[in-house]
Amino acid sequence: MTKSKDVDLWISGTEEPDWDTSTTDEGSQEMASTETDYRLREQLGSVVTDDYVFDDEISDDERMIVNMGPQHPSTHGVLRLQIELEGEIIRRTKPVIGYLHTGMEKTGEELTFMQGPTNVTRMDYLASFHNEHCYSMAVERLLGIEVPPRANTIRVLLTELNRISSHLVAMATNGMDIGAVSIMTYGFRDREQILAFFEKTSGVRMNHNFIRPGGVAADLPPGWRADVKAILENIRRRVVDYDDMLKENPIWNGRTRGVGVITPEECLAYSITGPTLRSAGVDWDLRKVFPYAGIEQFEFEVPLGTRGDVYDRYRVRIEEILQSARIVEQAAEAMPKGDYRSDDRKVTPPPRMRIDQSMEALIHHFKIFTEGFRVPAGETYVAVESPRGELGCYLVSIGEGKPYRMHTRAPSFYNLQALPIMMADSLLADTIATIASLDPVMGDVDR
Amino acid sequence: MSIRRTQPTNILTTTIDRAARWAQSRSMFPATFGLACCAIEMMATGAAHYDLARFGMEVFRASPRQADLMIVAGRVSQKMAPVLRQVYDQMPDPKWVISMGACASTGGMFNNYALVQGVDQVVPVDIYVPGCPPGPQSLMHGILTLHDNIMAGKA
Amino acid sequence: MTDQSQTPAVAAEETRLLPSDEILKGLIEPFADASWATSAGQDVITLPADQLRAFGESALQGGFELLSDVTAVDWLSRQPRFDVVVNLVSLQHRRRLRIIVQTDSDIPSLVTVWPGANYAEREAFDMFGINFVDHPDLTRILMPDEWEGYPLRKDFAVGSVPVQFKASHKVR
Repeated sequence: MTKSKDVDLWISGTEEPDWDTSTTDEGSQEMASTETDYRLREQLGSVVTDDYVFDDEISDDERMIVNMGPQHPSTHGVLRLQIELEGEIIRRTKPVIGYLHTGMEKTGEELTFMQGPTNVTRMDYLASFHNEHCYSMAVERLLGIEVPPRANTIRVLLTELNRISSHLVAMATNGMDIGAVSIMTYGFRDREQILAFFEKTSGVRMNHNFIRPGGVAADLPPGWRADVKAILENIRRRVVDYDDMLKENPIWNGRTRGVGVITPEECLAYSITGPTLRSAGVDWDLRKVFPYAGIEQFEFEVPLGTRGDVYDRYRVRIEEILQSARIVEQAAEAMPKGDYRSDDRKVTPPPRMRIDQSMEALIHHFKIFTEGFRVPAGETYVAVESPRGELGCYLVSIGEGKPYRMHTRAPSFYNLQALPIMMADSLLADTIATIASLDPVMGDVDR
Repeated sequence: MSIRRTQPTNILTTTIDRAARWAQSRSMFPATFGLACCAIEMMATGAAHYDLARFGMEVFRASPRQADLMIVAGRVSQKMAPVLRQVYDQMPDPKWVISMGACASTGGMFNNYALVQGVDQVVPVDIYVPGCPPGPQSLMHGILTLHDNIMAGKA
Repeated sequence: MTDQSQTPAVAAEETRLLPSDEILKGLIEPFADASWATSAGQDVITLPADQLRAFGESALQGGFELLSDVTAVDWLSRQPRFDVVVNLVSLQHRRRLRIIVQTDSDIPSLVTVWPGANYAEREAFDMFGINFVDHPDLTRILMPDEWEGYPLRKDFAVGSVPVQFKASHKVR
């Protein structure tokens, strides 16, 4: 009989497993490497210790790193969060972005100034008119031209309607993430009416390329007053309804009050603007401080919050919808007659009918659409108040038909820096509510 | 490929195949893969006005393990491509992919370093829906075409 | 007006152009190498790179609480190559200010002054390769971590793929 091999049963992991470990990591852990010599001898029986004095090296780092995203049911796009958890409490957060980086700033250097709005409009795709407006204003500042008053009022009308539709999406996704799924359908239902008006005016529901340097691409469609009136009636009635539904709701209050708090000093230090800044109590709205596009002639208020939590941000957005409705009503009433775009022939293309009649018009049309109009050399920074905060465009031109450098100051990019602060020392379940209340749009963040 | 047969077909198996294809096409669960602007139009398609629930598809499953349709809605960047492939691999067979929008189909207006020029470089695609973004009606047409293709045994 | 290579030379003279309003004058005077110009109606201050953080701290004390933007421009054929552009906003004075600094690669980070510059400086590093000294985490933010090259530099090609249309005989 062969002598049985002296197998040391206490030292595991030193034998190779006889299944293929290259595709899985089953069985590949080596227990022996974590066993100290003392433990080994203790298990073998050569040393006896009392449990009370047994001083095992218990790691006090009970933190766990959890990865959320980038593919995520919470509908805020491709944001990845690496969260360091201690139990249920979040200690540190690191947002990882770049999953939607489209190289839009590089593309902007390849497109002419007339084609620029097609590119920038897809950055913050929920507030597409704001992107185009900002870019067009930057180009016009460099060109040194003024747009006619009708163009400005059309721009105000469209951007404020866009603010309403963007805040409706914010409300919809905010509600859905917290659990009020019907708010999602309500928000998108009311948005459909606004999008139908946009489609009538610009031709597409989203990503319009309608506000161009020099004015707007076309005049408002016939019957627009009735459409706008119907939209306003609907919005005013329904948004007040949704607000009533959620304002006093104990579940909503329990999940949003005191959650994701940020102080005004932190907001300013981290360059956070928009409804988040205003929910913390800071009265800063670019439409009031540095008015543009003739918005100073319209009367509206800037809603402010007090505590800077998720509840305040939600209320600020609802109030902003109603204030924007006021602006839209006044703009529709005060719509001046006149040109819808600047009549500087070097910048705006001539009307299509004139191309058949005049050689000059044909040449202008050709030059504008192929080579692009030249913008004098210079640099400028223009900012507008988008639904997410200060949306700015830094434009550098060297006198050619294309920008030399086009950079967008994206509000969501900076607002994301608030996320680790808001989420620190809060519960994991509040993360979703916090992200939803910040309302980041990843197209803006990553560009 | 929805149904594969190894044995010769007869009246019983083809009827069962037709029943299986009917069940697959009438009750697809999309996986949430909304990336950019097309995702908003996808949400609008699932919302009340253009309703996807009438086709049995309002339940967007968050986990790819429970989904059988992946609607790639939006532009796929270089950083996102491995994630896309991983989500696709996690989906169980039979699975279908709709590439929604110009950016997902061909890279769209962004022919540059940052985007994958067409999601079919990464995953096999069954239906391409053009548009920037495609309206809900276009997306629904794409989805219904997929349903028809499945019923005809072509997808 | 904003030919950046010209204004520092002007500033080196004793009689330099000073802005007329008190806030800006108070900010610029302690810095002998700072110069002021207007660009399309906006105030622009040009500085040597190593004074950026000190100027930033004095601007923060002087009322510019909000850092609006940090970005960069690549002037390929110029020495120094990059322009780093910092846009500031003052809520109490209701005004904007732009600081333009020229650098080849190194520049002090503004994160200690305005923590909101964190992501923006990472993006400038990712896109241009500018090194922000003393930044807490200068890693790539938009591109994948193992990406080589700095995409927004002028010598980095757009990376477009030739497109073949079905009916056409040539490749676009």
